Amino acid sequence: MADDGDDLVLAELDDDDLVQQMHDDLYDGLKAEVEEGVNILLERGWTPYDVLTRALVAGMTVVGRDFRDGILFVPEVLLAANSMKGGMAILRPLLAETDAPKMGKMVIGTVKGDIHDIGKNLVSMMMEGAGFEVVDLGINNAVESYLDALEREEAEILGMSALLTTTMPYMKVVIDAMVERGVRDRHIVLVGGAPLNEEFGRAIGADAYCRDAAVAVETAKALVAARKHNQMAAVG
Amino acid sequence: MSERVRVIACGALAREILAVLRADGLDHVELACLPADLHLRPERIPDAVEAAVAEARAAGAARVFVAYADCGTGGLLAARCAALGVEMIPGPHCYAFFDGVERFEARGDAEMRCFYLTDFLARQFDAFVWRPMGLDRAPELRDMLFGHYETLVHLAQTEDPELDRLAREAAARLGLRHERRVTGYGDLAAFLARAA
Repeated sequence: MADDGDDLVLAELDDDDLVQQMHDDLYDGLKAEVEEGVNILLERGWTPYDVLTRALVAGMTVVGRDFRDGILFVPEVLLAANSMKGGMAILRPLLAETDAPKMGKMVIGTVKGDIHDIGKNLVSMMMEGAGFEVVDLGINNAVESYLDALEREEAEILGMSALLTTTMPYMKVVIDAMVERGVRDRHIVLVGGAPLNEEFGRAIGADAYCRDAAVAVETAKALVAARKHNQMAAVG
Repeated sequence: MSERVRVIACGALAREILAVLRADGLDHVELACLPADLHLRPERIPDAVEAAVAEARAAGAARVFVAYADCGTGGLLAARCAALGVEMIPGPHCYAFFDGVERFEARGDAEMRCFYLTDFLARQFDAFVWRPMGLDRAPELRDMLFGHYETLVHLAQTEDPELDRLAREAAARLGLRHERRVTGYGDLAAFLARAA
């Protein structure tokens, strides 16, 4: 990791070293440095998509892995996420103008009665980084909030998050309502949050439980691809 | 000679459990605590409890009780305790059983913007909240972590002006309103009485 107070000049690094340095700066939660790195790569002619995936998402993936393995804790992940957010703020308008791959659309929110949003925000950001359009409903969402957004946004994916043992059962209320209205099969439902596990995800009828943001991205990609494949097979 | 009974507890409950055992004359009950900071990694609690249960049985305990609630394990601790044949405390966490699980659950969404401190957490606020959340090194995280909360509720097990002062100070540091609610030992006392 970069030492505080060293005289590293990011603009003097070649592309590979700069990207590596940006991974380190993300890991260390150095927002200003990450933003500077993003601007340098853009000035060198990198596409916004390449900056996003090779510098930011790849760096954040390391952060996520080390969090999962108990090397990093919540504060470090938050600082890293905040740095990535700084980089994303620069890239977002540019990405909208380019033909970066569009993976699909996700509606995401924390369930009713729950105000915790750290994990959800991380998933939102990583999904966006992976090319998904994300509609973030924020915290404390009732059934109607989710269902209205899914219909309005025509989103393929629903993501629900809960941090509390007391609020996680509400995910089943939402899924049951989707079944009742005959829309459950139109959407991929991903659930996550600290007290959840795979068994719970299966029991409530979700498509998958995602233990962290990186897994959410991979799962979403796989399930969207499988769905497209099945639709094509049905047409064929 | 009375049979040996061991209570395996979260370290955050040690002082309160000892107080109840003393008050109720449960001298035959042994207490073995696991580190309170397991709460930072709740997925590790079931394995730690299982190892402690095995240790208690190997040491000759005839009955073993687990003084944990679900504590963020998403039902995994309950499943493990059932498999091990030991009783644990019902409820989502210690805030609930100190308050009384029924009463706590009845409050429902009305208290979703409340951040709870027990006496233990008021006493150990820096070690178990401020520092683990990184607020000593990155104070700017405070609003990311606590921005959706409005009130710090001190669930007080004892009448202690010093803890009251610490809880008020914690609320001010987090930028939250302070409320004090005297709970005593709540459901913990009834749970420990079953070990008698």
